[in-house]
Amino acid sequence: MLRVLALASVVLLGIAPQASQAITVYTSWERHALVGSDIRLSCSFFSWRFVSEDVSFTWRYRPDGSRDSISIAHYAGGEAYTDNKGAFKDRVEFVGNPKRRDGSILIKNLDFSDNGTFTCDAKNPPDIVGRPSSVRLLVFETLPIQAGVITGAIIGVVLGLLVLIVVIYYLMRFLVARRVFSLNVSRNVEGPQLSILP
Amino acid sequence: MLCILLGVLALHLLVFILLIVSTASSQWSLEKEGHTDLWYNCHSDQNGYHCLQASTGDWIQAVQALMILAVVFCFVSLLAFAYQLFRLFKGGRFYFTSIFQILASVFVMCAAIIYTVMRPRSERDYGYSYVLAWVAFPLSLISGLIYLILRKKD
Repeated sequence: MLRVLALASVVLLGIAPQASQAITVYTSWERHALVGSDIRLSCSFFSWRFVSEDVSFTWRYRPDGSRDSISIAHYAGGEAYTDNKGAFKDRVEFVGNPKRRDGSILIKNLDFSDNGTFTCDAKNPPDIVGRPSSVRLLVFETLPIQAGVITGAIIGVVLGLLVLIVVIYYLMRFLVARRVFSLNVSRNVEGPQLSILP
Repeated sequence: MLCILLGVLALHLLVFILLIVSTASSQWSLEKEGHTDLWYNCHSDQNGYHCLQASTGDWIQAVQALMILAVVFCFVSLLAFAYQLFRLFKGGRFYFTSIFQILASVFVMCAAIIYTVMRPRSERDYGYSYVLAWVAFPLSLISGLIYLILRKKD
């Protein structure tokens, strides 16, 4: 028992310092947008340490079907730098607040050629060990309806109507029993028997 | 009397099972090396067996919704039959049961018709789920009509 405790404490002490030095970056999984619109891609991180003066964010873009990625935005040393000669020239703006762990960028006037994967890499020295996180951008001419929305809507409406009709029916019966209306309804409870009569 | 009761119940359960199998299995259409609709689009190629969403448009969602509603209404009709069996007055008809069963058959018919009309031409054959849907439609209609002419007696 003592040996198990000793082993467990050694393992935990071995893991803990490494956990406190790892940074976790968060972005969305997938974003949909219309042609010509603007989109804000959010990126934030979790770090065990306070936000340092040397915090940095780097955004990379990899087009669909390509294996290379290019940098389009970089924030370091309190200054934001954006793409000034590539496909995103004058279209990218750094709108995040690094002091609040927010490294979001705004991309204006989207086009079909912007389909691809955007990767955000955040570093908070001395917390530098971490994986960058990617968000996939899909640009549409018209936004498609997500799978299941129409299905759910039809089912919901029909079942709602059903519930409404049942409620109205029982309401009418209740009102008849209270002699608000004058209908002749009488019901007996019998045992189960069936026959087919014309 | 017991025979009629059991026969009617057996038909209802058969319709219910047919509807469930037709809705749940994804074999409404067969294409080369695979099957598709209502939920998944599965095919096998040299890399193995892949399944994708069968998201071919708005109409497939309508077919999905109508089939699910048909299953739900058939089940509710079963519950209504059990309820009315013990609580109906003498000489009464099984209206609730019949209405729900007939509505279920109408939904199956609509789903099958929408699927037949809107299916893309490139797919080759119909699968067994599609056939079961078309079989379930007249059976559920007959079942609903039987409940309409059935009378409860002491």
